[in-house]
Amino acid sequence: MTMENNQIVFEDVSKFYGEVLGVNRVNLALPSGITSLVGPNGSGKTTLMNLITGLIKPTQGRVRVLGLTPNHPEQFFRRVGYCTQFDSFPKGITGQKLTKEAIDRVNMGEASSRRIAAYSKGMRQRIRLAQAIAHHPTVLVLDEPLNGLDPMARAESIALFQALGQDGMHLIISSHVLHEVDKISDQVVLMSYGYVVAEGEIHGVRSEVKEHPMQILVRCTRPNLVASRLFCQDHVVEAKLQVDGKGLLVRTQNADQFYLLLNRIVLENEIAVEAVAPADDDVNSLYQYLIGGSSSGGTV
Amino acid sequence: MSLLSSSRTSFQEAPWQLWTAQLTAFVQSEVKRIFLKRRSVWIYLVAFAPVAILMLKGPTNGRDLEATTKQMAWLFQVYYLHVAIFIGCLGVFTWLFRGEIVEKTLHYHFLAPMRREFLVLGKFLAGMVTTSVIFALGVFGTFSLLYAHDGAIGRAFVLNGPGLGHLAAYLGVTVLACIGYGSIFIALSLLIRNPILPAIFVLVWENFHSVLPALLQKFSIMFYLKQLSPVSVPAEGFWALFSVGSEPVPPWLAVPGLLALCAAILVFACFRIRKVEISYLAD
Repeated sequence: MTMENNQIVFEDVSKFYGEVLGVNRVNLALPSGITSLVGPNGSGKTTLMNLITGLIKPTQGRVRVLGLTPNHPEQFFRRVGYCTQFDSFPKGITGQKLTKEAIDRVNMGEASSRRIAAYSKGMRQRIRLAQAIAHHPTVLVLDEPLNGLDPMARAESIALFQALGQDGMHLIISSHVLHEVDKISDQVVLMSYGYVVAEGEIHGVRSEVKEHPMQILVRCTRPNLVASRLFCQDHVVEAKLQVDGKGLLVRTQNADQFYLLLNRIVLENEIAVEAVAPADDDVNSLYQYLIGGSSSGGTV
Repeated sequence: MSLLSSSRTSFQEAPWQLWTAQLTAFVQSEVKRIFLKRRSVWIYLVAFAPVAILMLKGPTNGRDLEATTKQMAWLFQVYYLHVAIFIGCLGVFTWLFRGEIVEKTLHYHFLAPMRREFLVLGKFLAGMVTTSVIFALGVFGTFSLLYAHDGAIGRAFVLNGPGLGHLAAYLGVTVLACIGYGSIFIALSLLIRNPILPAIFVLVWENFHSVLPALLQKFSIMFYLKQLSPVSVPAEGFWALFSVGSEPVPPWLAVPGLLALCAAILVFACFRIRKVEISYLAD
């Protein structure tokens, strides 16, 4: 099996709606696991998903999913499932009729014999998800799958996505709940105004953002000593003591050198370290650094 | 030669069993949907309006068989062909895809592991079955009541005379009309967002095709249907515009000609649906 046959590949893909740009010159090769599409409204996330599933055609370039194209739907849609944002179903249909196998997986067994028209928004969301996974696809495209779900259903859905991702499926997810996307994503694609701003594994993408020094939180004893030693280094931009006196937040332009130095300081001064954790290598920070503005309240 | 053999191979290797099963299941669900939906009520009304009027009117005294035959021919050609079947097919076939777009459910079909061409064929067959059954029943009811009102003479005409042949021809032309107009309207709905204006053009084209040159007349559904009708309506006064003025075409040519025209339109629709994109917001 060639590499392309195991990936979702965009080759110089552009999509224009008349004169309006959907996405421009997208080159991506998405491996299996969970990939999150992140970007503000109108950034092109749904356009990318619709291009993957053939609901729209690229103006330029080509999209291949595991080596297949939607021009051969018999093979293509046996391997691809799409949970769209459209909150509409064929009239008169019941949950049970729409999908039989996947209903238990989304915890909708009791309601499956009722008409979908009578479902709550969260139930409709879950039945759409069931419909998308009913045929055991290899590629699952989920447009805002956590929208309208209560916390319990949200946690169940995330657990399901993680399980599917661990099974080797390709999951392409867009979501505005950034910290949840952050938790479950193997890689992210950051989008803005139809362009892919960054892509890859979250921590890798974060390290590429040179203009924003990495923030690392160190919880330890004698944080003022650590801070004074760190200040001598050129790559350390800032070291801020925590209010409780039990840690410090460091901003550094070279995380690798920082970690080596921290090890040395800790050993030389017999400092007890409770935790060392990056504070801004999550999707939310990446979103703010690369796209700008606050993520709260908007759909990304 | 290699092209021929590769075509033969791909034909033999095609998953015919799967395609047949998919098409059958799809047509069944669509037929049920069209027959039962509230939106179809007006089509029943249009199809059975003459039946209802004849039932209310009751038998007419002193009318001869020739008058009944002329009345049936007039009702069939002027009411059913020009009005009822035309607007019935317009309503059913244009809504097959437009309805899915308006209700934002077309993507369910596009995301199924089924060729888009089968969506066109399936929806066309379902629309054809539905309209054919409804209008054939309407024509049958009209025919039966008209001749029933003539008493024993009418019954003799139907059972022992050419009546059954007329009825078969009327029903056949009804089915052909549904096929013909259905193919046009399903193609139009895939081509143009609002098919009402093109439908008016088709209506004018179909009704006034007799004033067109002989070659263009052959691109009219009505041209073939009129040829196949068992009794021609006299072309007098205003109605002369609705009568065929070209060389008559024998049925063995008219039926395949009409079916070939419809097949060409459906092939076009099949090519067209491959390019259709889901953009509900734009609709």
